[in-house]
Amino acid sequence: MTAQQLTGAQALIKSLEMQRVEVMFGLPGGAILPVYDPILDSSIRHILVRHEQGAGHMAEGYAMVTGRPGVAMVTSGPGATNIVTPLSNAYMDSTPLVVVSGQVSTGAIGTDAFQECDITGVTMGITKHNWLIKDAADIPRTVAAAFHVATTGRPGPVLIDVPKDVSNATMDWYWPTTASDLDLPGYHPMTEGDPVLVGQAADLIRSARRPVIYAGGGILKARAADALRALAERTGLPVVTTLMARGAFPDSHPLCLGMPGMHGNYTAVTAMQRSDLLIALGSRFDDRVTGHVASFAPDAKVVHVDIDPAELGKVRRPDVGIAGDCRLVIEELLRALDGGAGLPAAAPGGGPRPELAPWWDQLHRWQEEFPLHYDPSDEAPIKPQMVVETLRDLSPADTIVAAGVGQHQMWASQYWRFDHPYTWVNSGGAGTMGFSVPAAVGAKVGRPDRTVWGIDGDGCFQMTAQELVTATAEKIPVKIAILNNAYLGMVRQWQEMFYEERYSEVYLSPDLPDYVKWAEAMGCVGIRAESPEEVAPAIEKANSVDDRPVVVDFLTDAFEKVFPMVPAGASNDAIVVHPSQQEAGR
Amino acid sequence: MKGHHILSVLVENKAGVLARVAGLFSRRGFNIYSLAVAPSDGDERFSRITIVVDVESAPLEQVIQQLDKLVNVVAISQLAPADAVQRELLIATVAAGPTERSQVIQLVGVFGGEVVDVGSDRLSVMLAGRPEKLDDFEGLLATYEVMELQRTGRVALPKLERQPNRALRPVRAG
Repeated sequence: MTAQQLTGAQALIKSLEMQRVEVMFGLPGGAILPVYDPILDSSIRHILVRHEQGAGHMAEGYAMVTGRPGVAMVTSGPGATNIVTPLSNAYMDSTPLVVVSGQVSTGAIGTDAFQECDITGVTMGITKHNWLIKDAADIPRTVAAAFHVATTGRPGPVLIDVPKDVSNATMDWYWPTTASDLDLPGYHPMTEGDPVLVGQAADLIRSARRPVIYAGGGILKARAADALRALAERTGLPVVTTLMARGAFPDSHPLCLGMPGMHGNYTAVTAMQRSDLLIALGSRFDDRVTGHVASFAPDAKVVHVDIDPAELGKVRRPDVGIAGDCRLVIEELLRALDGGAGLPAAAPGGGPRPELAPWWDQLHRWQEEFPLHYDPSDEAPIKPQMVVETLRDLSPADTIVAAGVGQHQMWASQYWRFDHPYTWVNSGGAGTMGFSVPAAVGAKVGRPDRTVWGIDGDGCFQMTAQELVTATAEKIPVKIAILNNAYLGMVRQWQEMFYEERYSEVYLSPDLPDYVKWAEAMGCVGIRAESPEEVAPAIEKANSVDDRPVVVDFLTDAFEKVFPMVPAGASNDAIVVHPSQQEAGR
Repeated sequence: MKGHHILSVLVENKAGVLARVAGLFSRRGFNIYSLAVAPSDGDERFSRITIVVDVESAPLEQVIQQLDKLVNVVAISQLAPADAVQRELLIATVAAGPTERSQVIQLVGVFGGEVVDVGSDRLSVMLAGRPEKLDDFEGLLATYEVMELQRTGRVALPKLERQPNRALRPVRAG
C-alpha cells in the first residue's frame, strides 16, 4: 500500500477536514498562499475577513457559542501580528482557538526577510502552546496535537506557524490515530476530582450557614450548566454567575443572585463578602470579582474546583482545592452529598436546609433594598439601560448577545436576562474593545438559527466595524446596537469619579462618523433612534430584517454611569450603589 | 540557600523550550537564582533543566503548577536542599605576577581545585564542588585581583539514602 502523496498545504487543509472543521476565518498573503490554493477544493467554508483581528474574534465568537474550536488563518508578519490580540483575548477567556499562520521559508527564517516575524516567539506567553513546523511530514501530527491541546483540559488558543517551503514540499499522507502519535509526553490534563477532597467539600457544604456558589466561565467550558443547576436545586444554595458565566445558571431562577464583581449587583457582591463558604466552580478569583483581595469574603471558607491546578491557590488559598473538570466534579459532589454521614445537605425533597433560612431572608432583603436601578426618562437622550431592556423584551429568549468592552458591556450583562447557556459572548479577561462586531459575526456563523445582537459602544464600533462588510458579503445577518453616547464612556466615568471630572481624550462625537450612512455603505440596513419612543420601533424593524446585517444607532445619555461600582483596588465592602439608593444604605 | 528551592525539570528537547521556561518565569514575576540545562538521561528526546528558584518571589507550589502547564515540560521534581547532592563549577582568571602566583596556586590546592591556564601575569583556575564551597573560594579569591569569574549554576540529584528516593519528590510525572 503506497501512501498518498500530498503537498504540505494539501495535508494542512486535509488535516483540518479530519478535525471536522466546517468553517474558518482568514485573509491570505504571500507566505500562506500555497495553503489557500487547496481551500478551493475543500469542504471547509472560508470566510474572507477585512482585517485579521476580525478573523480571530470571529473564530472566538464561533467557539463560544458552539463549544467547537474556532479556526483562523493568516499570513506571516503583519497578518500574524494582527491576530495577536485575539490570541491574547482567547488565552484570558480560555477559548479554544486554532490559528494557522504562514511563515517565510525555513531558509529565510532569521534573516529579517520580507514579512518575517517570529510569531511563535511573540505568542509564546499568550497561547496554550504553539508550533513552528519545519517538516511537511509533521503537519498531520501537529494539527491533531494542536486541536487536542486547544480543546482539552483548560481550553485555550494555539498557533501553528507554517513556513512557505514546508507548505510546498510533498509528504506521504497519514493521520495520527492514537494519543502517543501526537507526541505530547508532557501534556496530561486533569479530569476527575480526588474523591477524598470531594467528600471534604460535601462536608463543608453540609455545615455552612451562609454559602454561595461562585460560578465562573469554567462551567460553560465543561458543559456543566445542567450539573450546576442540579447542585443548586438539590442544596438550595444561592448562585452568582460571573461575567464569563452569564447564562450558565438562569437569571430568572429563584436561586440566582446574578453577577458579582466591580459592576455586579449589590446582593451578589455582598453575599460573597458575608458568606461563610464560597464554592468556586470554574472561576478564578479575578481582581474584577474580588476587589481588594485581602478584604475579599473575609469569613469564607473556600472550596475551589478548577481544571487548571495552577488556579488553586493562585489568588486565594482554598480550604479544599479540587483539580478537575467542573461537570465531573459537580456530579461527584452530588453523589457525595446524597450519601455520607453527618448533617443532611438539603431539606427533605431538596431545597435549602432550615438553617439556611436566615441567610435567604438576608439575601431577599438585599435584593429588595438594592435592586439594579437607573432613572428612566421619557425624553431624549435615550437611557442606555432602557435600550438593553427593550432589546431583551423584543427579541427571542435564546438570542445571542455579543458585547464590546466598556459601559455598554456592563449594561448588557446587567440588564439582559440570561436564561440560556452560550448566549453571552464577550471579552472578559482581556477587555478587548472592538470585540463585539466580529464576535457577533462569528457567533452567527456558528448558530445561524439564532438571532444574534451585538451590543456595542460607539468607541468599540469604530475599531472593527469593517467586518460588517464581511458580514454583508458572506450573508451573515447580524444585528448591531450601538449605544452611542459620543464618548469612551467607561473612561469618561472614571475621569468623572476619580479625576475630578477632568475629561482627557474621551470625547468622540455623536454624528462623526454618521453611523447610518456608514452602515449603508457597508451594505447593512442603517437605523437611527434619537428618542425613547423610537427605540422599540427601531428594534422591531431591525428584528424583521433577516437577509443582511442591521446597525441601529441609539443616541444615548452620555451622563449615565454604570452602578453599582466597586472602585478599582477597593474592598467590595466599599460598593457604590446608584445615587438614588445611597441614602437607604451606602 | 535560605529562600531557595531546587527544581529538576525534565523537558522535551525541542527548539524554544528554554525560552518557554524563561519566559514563564519572567511574565509571572518568578525569580530564577540560577539555571543549568543539558541533554539528559541518555535519551536524546529530553533535556534536564535545574532551576534554583527564589521562593520569596512566589509560592513554590504556584511556580511548579505554572511550569507544569508548559506542554513541553514532562516532569518536575522538587529537591529540598538538605536532601540533594549539589554541584557547581567555577572558573576564574586572577591577576597574579611572580609574587602572588604561588599563593593563588596554594589556595586552589587547599580547595582541591585546578590551575587550568598560566600566563606571565595571570592564572586561570577552576573549582568544582558544593555551591557553599565555591562561595568560600570566591570570597578568598577576592583578596587578589579577579579579572573574570564565571559560575555555571548548580546541578543536583537526590541523595542516596537507606530509604530510597526520599529526596526526590515527583510533583507531576509523565
